[in-house]
Amino acid sequence: MKFGVIVFPGSNCDHDAFYAVTTNLGQKAEFVWHDSPSLGDVDAVILPGGFSYGDYLRCGAIARFSPVMRAVEKFAAAGGLVMGFCNGFQILVEAGLLPGALIRNRGLKFVCREVRLRTETVNSPFTNQAEVGQILRLPVAHGEGCYFADSRTLDELQAEDRVLFRYVDNPNGSLSDIAGIVNHERNVMGMMPHPERASDALMGSTDGLTIFRSVVQAAVRA
Amino acid sequence: MTAHAPEVIAQHQLTTEEYQKIVSILGREPSYTELGIFSVMWSEHCSYKSSRLHLKKLPTKGRLVVQGPGENAGIIDIGGGYVIAFKIESHNHPSFIEPLQGAATGVGGILRDIFTMGARPIAVLDSLRFGRLDDAETGARNRRILSGVVAGIAHYGNCFGVPTVGGECIFEACYDGNPLVNVFALGICKKEDVFYAKAAGAGNPVIYVGARTGRDGIHGASMASAEFTEEAKQKRPNVQVGDPFMEKLLLEACIEAMKTGAIVGIQDMGAAGLTCSTCEMGSRGEVGIEIELDKVPQRETGMTPYEIMLSESQERMLLVASKGREEEVYQVFRKWGLEAAEIGVVTEDGKLRVRHHGVVVAEIPNRELADEAPLYDRPHTHPPRAGLIPGLPVAKVQRTLPTLLGALDICSKRWIWEQYDYQVRTNTVAGPERTDAAIVRIKETGTSIAISLDGNGRYSYLSPREGARLAVAESCRNLSTVGARPVAATNCLNFGNPERPEIMAQLVEAIEGMSEACLFFDTPITGGNVSLYNETLGEGIYPTPVLGIVGTLKTAEPVTIPFKNAGRSVMLLGGVGECDDTRFGGTQYAKEIVKQLWGLPPALDMEYEQRVQFAIRKIIAEGLAESAHDLSDGGLAVALAECSFGPNHIGATIDLDSDLRPEMLAFHEAPSRILISTEFPKKVAAIAEKYEIAAPVVGVTIEKGIEIRQRTITLGAWEIEALKTAYAQAFESHVR
Repeated sequence: MKFGVIVFPGSNCDHDAFYAVTTNLGQKAEFVWHDSPSLGDVDAVILPGGFSYGDYLRCGAIARFSPVMRAVEKFAAAGGLVMGFCNGFQILVEAGLLPGALIRNRGLKFVCREVRLRTETVNSPFTNQAEVGQILRLPVAHGEGCYFADSRTLDELQAEDRVLFRYVDNPNGSLSDIAGIVNHERNVMGMMPHPERASDALMGSTDGLTIFRSVVQAAVRA
Repeated sequence: MTAHAPEVIAQHQLTTEEYQKIVSILGREPSYTELGIFSVMWSEHCSYKSSRLHLKKLPTKGRLVVQGPGENAGIIDIGGGYVIAFKIESHNHPSFIEPLQGAATGVGGILRDIFTMGARPIAVLDSLRFGRLDDAETGARNRRILSGVVAGIAHYGNCFGVPTVGGECIFEACYDGNPLVNVFALGICKKEDVFYAKAAGAGNPVIYVGARTGRDGIHGASMASAEFTEEAKQKRPNVQVGDPFMEKLLLEACIEAMKTGAIVGIQDMGAAGLTCSTCEMGSRGEVGIEIELDKVPQRETGMTPYEIMLSESQERMLLVASKGREEEVYQVFRKWGLEAAEIGVVTEDGKLRVRHHGVVVAEIPNRELADEAPLYDRPHTHPPRAGLIPGLPVAKVQRTLPTLLGALDICSKRWIWEQYDYQVRTNTVAGPERTDAAIVRIKETGTSIAISLDGNGRYSYLSPREGARLAVAESCRNLSTVGARPVAATNCLNFGNPERPEIMAQLVEAIEGMSEACLFFDTPITGGNVSLYNETLGEGIYPTPVLGIVGTLKTAEPVTIPFKNAGRSVMLLGGVGECDDTRFGGTQYAKEIVKQLWGLPPALDMEYEQRVQFAIRKIIAEGLAESAHDLSDGGLAVALAECSFGPNHIGATIDLDSDLRPEMLAFHEAPSRILISTEFPKKVAAIAEKYEIAAPVVGVTIEKGIEIRQRTITLGAWEIEALKTAYAQAFESHVR
């Protein structure tokens, strides 16, 4: 299958995501420039981490207006698989493709460390290769990754089984320890931790591959 | 034109003699703009006028050196068709005045130095010095500086997308009014893709790209060349403001533009901005450059030629393109949303000619401006000597170890490095506090680069010569301990006022010591930076030469610091080492327990050190070591504790055969020692024997505890958890 990795001005995990799904996962990938009106023939889309548009104004607030986001919205509406990691998650939330908001870490500082995530559901194209309760070790690296939503949204996420991962040791104050979620249609996901950084044993963990393999599995089925 | 008034000349920090030299170069009195241009180019910061004479003593050549000092960064061949570009630079003065932006633009400046050579930055490390955090009078300010500097480095590096993979951080009273912020950056590119900051080809267009020019940072270079007084705070407008997003765009655009083949030469605008980039590029290419300031993109109206030429606005680059191919360059910059403007042309006459509204406002021969800066052989006497040995109080090893592990210089700096993204680009094989040297892999070649920064102000104060040698040795040892072969170095020389003969003596001795050691360890200096006048109200810092040494190794799972399994032999390569009361005076024990500084730094035998390093590299290469950690601040006991802080809670019990007093045995800091755990003590011993070094098996790894004995008598025994807590939590309690 072929992944499309969107490159916004200021994306800086684009190469890492590309490397993870090609060299480590063995799939195809191509970069998609932010002012591109279409996604081409990709099977899944990754919005990578970084500081799109310098994260000025608010993380992801400017990137959501990039022309490519119209294509991403269309792709998602048609059932295409969309993943946002870190800054990508922030952009998806700003674009309204996922609910809630990502606000400043409770500790008020940028935090880069490996965290443990508990897999909450395997009923998604992003976690079908995991087991419920499985602990994944993935790194986080963000200053604004505290997941916030009103209680109705939180209840809805819970009721619809849409929380993909929760932190075991919450590094940023996220409500209900939420680290990653999926949309109502279950084809758009966002998470603050970086699976692309945990796709290679030399980097300390390969748990991120579980997520990418799930996507490959889902694409094969589709 | 009439002569400038003496006070105007003095304001520009030029002496009467220097002014006369300007007049004789020009054959007339300089215009005000020209005076400004000379003042920044001939500032200590840009011209190295006090240090140049002595810097020539440093070894700069070697088999792998592609580019030595004189360019934006040094370049080393790492094989497989690739090279690395790296350098360290200081941003001390700005970081004192405005910590966050001062440190952030320090990172920005060194990153541009790397990618202006065509290399993509892949690692940053920082060497930081701050004043006392708990001092009643200055503590609050020092904590603010610390927080600001760390936030600044994080802000810039994280956004730019370069991992900050390591560094060091030390606290001393002498840095109260003079924090040191030294930033090291390293980049990679193909050998044939290296770019130089050289103009060529009369008629070729000179193109300005990046951020617009404003009034910020005017005279930053001169500010960094003077001592601070009470009015320092008024210099805040001299500190620039960084925009890491703009820099990221500039990086991508420059690398892409370089690939078009339409760029002849390129240089970033750092210290002394447009002035420095134009005249240095012209001088290196032995050509002239003529520019029209009206064409320079400006963010403010009514800027004078003086202001435009001296502005240090960040994130700007100057390049020379092949005539007729400008459009290819513009196309790339347009794609990245960056402004690019043709502001001038390369000429044949060797002059920097600056026009404003068509009128020539400056016309200076490039070579004289860039290369004929004054050169001073400043008088140097003897470095100040520390007092003699005080009556030494005896402190129990049992109680001292937790104290030292909680000391600011030794304790975990997690509070700092967790604020840095040390993983972006997924090359970080070993990040902060996992190994003695940071390791980043090069995906393209299957090799990795190990990097270590080291400097010890206490040692260097006691003997600048020996301190510098020890810094080189320790840096190399850090690399060897992860199995890397040291190949090249960069240095940052942080000193006080060179016009004082005893300070100048420190500088001269440190350079000579460094030279001797770099020659010995075959790590040529490929570039660096000198930061003088680190004094506030007449209080100078300890002489602080900082070395950044890089080494190469095969990409593989690293041998890290912590013990992994119980029941392994613990061996001390190099032996327990020697020390006496005199050589004990620069240690962390002296600092934290005796609270004094005296005598001399630890004695270094370079021959022996070299053999220890050969041995450890061999041991690592043969896969014999399960863990490895060199002995450094706090000596053997601290190193042993640090080896016990791994996830498996494995400690050790060791028994030492030595005549030294217990506290000296446990905490002295003699170099050339590395602690390893191994399953194969006999094989290790055979290697040690081959290299003629001591390598006693001092003990065995055990679960949950640490015990140190001297000839069977217990000096101390601890639960790992208690020590680990002291080590892990100390920093945060000091910062609050």
